[in-house]
Amino acid sequence: MNNSTFAQITLFMADTAQLQKICSQVRRDIVRMVHAVNSGHPGGSLGCTEFLVALYFDIMKHQPKPWDMDAKGQDAFYLSNGHISPVFYSVLARSGYFDVAELKTFRKLNSRLQGHPTTHEHLPGVRIASGSLGQGMSVAIGTALAKKMNKDNTIVYSLHGDGELQEGQIWEAAMFAAGNKVDNLISTIDYNGRQIDGDVDKVLPLGNLRAKFESFGWKVLEISKGNDMDAVLTGMNEAKAATGKGQPICVILHTEMGAGIDFMVGSHKWHGVAPNNEQLAQALAQQVETEGDY
Amino acid sequence: MITMKKYTYTEKKDTRSGFGAGLSELGKKNPNVVALCADLTGSLKMDAFQKEFPERFIQVGIAEANMIGIAAGLTIGGKIPFTGTFANFSTGRVYDQIRQSVAYSGKNVKICASHAGLTLGEDGATHQILEDIGLMKMLPGMTVINPCDFNQTKAATMAIADHKGPVYLRFGRPTVPNFTPADQKFEIGKAVLLQEGSDISIFATGHLVWKAIEAAEQLAEKGISAEVINIHTIKPLDEEAILNSVAKTKCIVSAEEHQMNGGLGDSIAQLLSRNTPYPQEYVAVNDSFGESGTPDELMTKYGLDTVNIVEAAMKVFNRK
Repeated sequence: MNNSTFAQITLFMADTAQLQKICSQVRRDIVRMVHAVNSGHPGGSLGCTEFLVALYFDIMKHQPKPWDMDAKGQDAFYLSNGHISPVFYSVLARSGYFDVAELKTFRKLNSRLQGHPTTHEHLPGVRIASGSLGQGMSVAIGTALAKKMNKDNTIVYSLHGDGELQEGQIWEAAMFAAGNKVDNLISTIDYNGRQIDGDVDKVLPLGNLRAKFESFGWKVLEISKGNDMDAVLTGMNEAKAATGKGQPICVILHTEMGAGIDFMVGSHKWHGVAPNNEQLAQALAQQVETEGDY
Repeated sequence: MITMKKYTYTEKKDTRSGFGAGLSELGKKNPNVVALCADLTGSLKMDAFQKEFPERFIQVGIAEANMIGIAAGLTIGGKIPFTGTFANFSTGRVYDQIRQSVAYSGKNVKICASHAGLTLGEDGATHQILEDIGLMKMLPGMTVINPCDFNQTKAATMAIADHKGPVYLRFGRPTVPNFTPADQKFEIGKAVLLQEGSDISIFATGHLVWKAIEAAEQLAEKGISAEVINIHTIKPLDEEAILNSVAKTKCIVSAEEHQMNGGLGDSIAQLLSRNTPYPQEYVAVNDSFGESGTPDELMTKYGLDTVNIVEAAMKVFNRK
């Protein structure tokens, strides 16, 4: 190992510790936001914390200010499973898209932080409304095609819930992306195995998800520990390296719904339920305040 | 004797070809214009654009929901996407995709829809959407346009590229008299006064505009002076043109190839009820699906012919 490689790895390790600290703060934001309005979706938000922190603080090339809707020369991210807006808003605010104090307006009247993300209130960082499921992959493909037409050599990311894959439009998009070699697209599936009515495999089984995407013509990568920052960084860097090779890339990200809060983890019951006062205190005791609460 | 402006035409042409011609011309003018089609390139007359600008033409296959989403995504990066399929698959089939990814998201997508209404003909009711104007006009921020002939459709196609925001452009399959001057500028939301009159206002859109002109001529022979206004833009409605005309005539016939519920007539009635209500008769499909038949047979059976406009005009005139 030469010196420069060593330096890179040291830096990487230091970054991981820093990113984990940010995750801790983001988890505090998530539970506080949903508690404050007694509504919202903490489960999936907590499960995708490492992924979104990794994207916005390491993986993606992006510039929060000045905010550019067109993402010229920048990577673009689409949250297709819009109900996990708490983690999205927290990560956007913490990475500089808007003031963290605005997180306290989540789901309140006259807020830019609507229950599900929207461009309607002009919140920086959001490029499309989402909430009605299954639409984000198509939108991501559109932006990926625009980037190709514009000779803009950046990447488009999208995130989807596993339950969301039950929507037919996803498979229209999956067929299109492979057939048209949309290879500047990385679509990640939050594979936590849970949806509102219970286990995904009981509600409507996804079958062999990897084989499905592969048979559609995608390059598929799996991150088996989706709540381990090192694993997420390694996996997403691998995904980035796989772009530009004629295939869209699907990352199957294995996460735990409710990760980081012991009484929420692994259950679909916290998909869309807010903690009460006692539960909030219990949750906050498990995640250290690292960046300052909003 | 009522003096009438004479309208003539040299040929009958389909409005969808006006769309195709406008799109090709736009392709030359505006490098940001991108066209998407869901396996109906020939029917939508998008083949010329496809041939000339293959790098800006996206064939999505039979996947209209995906097409709307891709179009929304293309706007991020500055493209002006024009989606093309039948009106039924452009609206009802993809309503939620349009609502969330286009209208609510405020994206600059042009939804271009052919084979609207009964005049699609023999394919029957599964394809003859008569609810699309209503569906689209209910969406906040959506502009809804239904031009009357080839020239106007061509001009409208080019005009909507310069309009920032989502647009629904509706046209059709049959050949109809092409009487709009080729150089007439298309102004979104600005009605076109075709015939001045003092006894009745006929507000028509799309394929019913020519029939309204014919009806006015027949009414003149009966000594009734009908004003004919082409409401090519259903939303935003040209309220001033309508109110000015009605202030003079004090009765209305609305004419459209659409359900009575949710169509142009509804928009006019709503406007008048908020201002000064006057008697109104509707030439529209009355809560019914269509069926197989030739376009002319269907327009006759479902009461969307020149004779129906004349009858409605006589009726409303007597209600004054």
